Amino acid sequence: MRVLWVLLLCLAAFELRAEQVIAGLSQNRVSLTVNFEGSDILIYGAVRREAALPEGSDLAVIVTVEGPPQPAVIWRKARRFGIWVNTDAQEVRAAPSFYAVATTRPLRDILSAEADLTHRISTRLAIFEARGSVDRADPAAFTEALIRIRERAGLYQSRDGAVDLERDTLFSTRILLPKNIVEGTYSARIFLLRDGDVIDEYETFIDVRKAVLERWLTNLAYEQPFLYGLLALGLAVFFGWGASALFRLMRS
Amino acid sequence: MQIYLPIAETSVNAFTLLGVGGGVGLLSGMFGVGGGFLITPLLFFIGVPPAVAVATGVNQVVASSISGVLAHLKRKTVDLRMGTVLLIGGLIGSVIGIWFFNLMSRLGQIDLIVQLSYVIFLGIIGGLMLQESLRALLRSRNPAAARRKLHVHTWLHNLPFKMKFRTSGLYISVFPPLLVGMGVGILAAIMGVGGGFILVPAMIYLLGMPTKVVIGTSLFQVTFVAAFTTMMHAITNQSVDVMLAIFLILGGVVGAQVGTRIGLKLRAEQLRILLALLVLAVCGKIAFDLLWTPTEFFVITVPGRF
Repeated sequence: MRVLWVLLLCLAAFELRAEQVIAGLSQNRVSLTVNFEGSDILIYGAVRREAALPEGSDLAVIVTVEGPPQPAVIWRKARRFGIWVNTDAQEVRAAPSFYAVATTRPLRDILSAEADLTHRISTRLAIFEARGSVDRADPAAFTEALIRIRERAGLYQSRDGAVDLERDTLFSTRILLPKNIVEGTYSARIFLLRDGDVIDEYETFIDVRKAVLERWLTNLAYEQPFLYGLLALGLAVFFGWGASALFRLMRS
Repeated sequence: MQIYLPIAETSVNAFTLLGVGGGVGLLSGMFGVGGGFLITPLLFFIGVPPAVAVATGVNQVVASSISGVLAHLKRKTVDLRMGTVLLIGGLIGSVIGIWFFNLMSRLGQIDLIVQLSYVIFLGIIGGLMLQESLRALLRSRNPAAARRKLHVHTWLHNLPFKMKFRTSGLYISVFPPLLVGMGVGILAAIMGVGGGFILVPAMIYLLGMPTKVVIGTSLFQVTFVAAFTTMMHAITNQSVDVMLAIFLILGGVVGAQVGTRIGLKLRAEQLRILLALLVLAVCGKIAFDLLWTPTEFFVITVPGRF
């Protein structure tokens, strides 16, 4: 009798998760080396199915890659005494330093507003505005500006239709991490959707780190600023004096 | 080839950097100017954050003036006493400048302050240089023209705390050199320049120092103030990028050597007009950015980053 119950429960679980996503990344380490020019990451995977392909609804896949969140201040310029000056500011509690959303079809067609709220998939919802900053007439203008500016810098990407889905099973997409990304742990999330709802989700991480020398310099700059300053001066004196000594030697 | 700058946290083209360093070095070698006032704005134009450009620019000043100051010390063309008074003023000014710089960073206005300072100072220097070189050109055609009398005593020199500056042959109050030094220190901290372009005329016309010690003494003050300011930027806001500095310095030292050779062969008067026009063009570009209605009315700042 108990065995039967367990079997039934298992079956129920399979019923609930009739389709599961399995995914991988072409690389889960990105090293910011001296000649770093950006990095192309391939995200691929498959849908595992225990039952027959459900009829009457289309399968959709959304892939998001999110960089470490940071607080930000958005300034609006206005003309004062003839020149353009930062006048109003609005703070954002946390905005991803990088955010890419790639989908199989336009986001609004495959994702319901409720599911978006729960999973925070669209760029707008990935940004957490500061509480109590809505005393301004147009708080949305600031967040929109943040998205617009970062989209132009390639830091935010909304790429509808960029995920290839083959025979409702295999999918893949490429996400370009631009040269101006910050280091930290990036999370890649893959959502499987039907009828606007998320039916399965998979999360994996990409470790973006400065390479050895860059890492060492940054640590020194922030943890031992006095030594770092001396290093900067030492190099300046060495190259400045050394070069002219070398040229003098070459001339004589 | 792209180079990743660990402090600025972005990549820039290595050849662009070498070109900026080399080009400015060439000009500085040809005309005997420091060039800091061109390096920092050129770095803005290629996308280096202003705070990093200023702090790294001042580090580059150390490299470009160190061999000059050593040569002058060897030749004994440095008024050490005057240099020390100017230096004390410079250190005080640098502390004030750094404090103001960090305050404005917190208020989100540092980019504006740096740009405004550049418009004002580049406008003044460019204008004066142009006027001076045009006048020199006229004078060379008309050698009979009257020369200006140097070293006029004014009330400034008669303030209290008079001091003897033997090498310069001056007996004046310490306040004028202290104030001049302080002004240069403030400029070094806010603009990332050595400040020679203010210091040299001030030493000649305001303090009345003999020209043979002016260059050595100003280099002496500029080198130490720049070194101190580099340390202050590194300690208070971590905005010195050594990777950026190395490329600028490498380009700069080679450019300066080549520039010095060219400067010896060519007649500098006509070229000086070109330098003045270049300075005015950089000034105009920054002014244009401030005055012209921007295409984007918003900017983002991330606390703790540049």
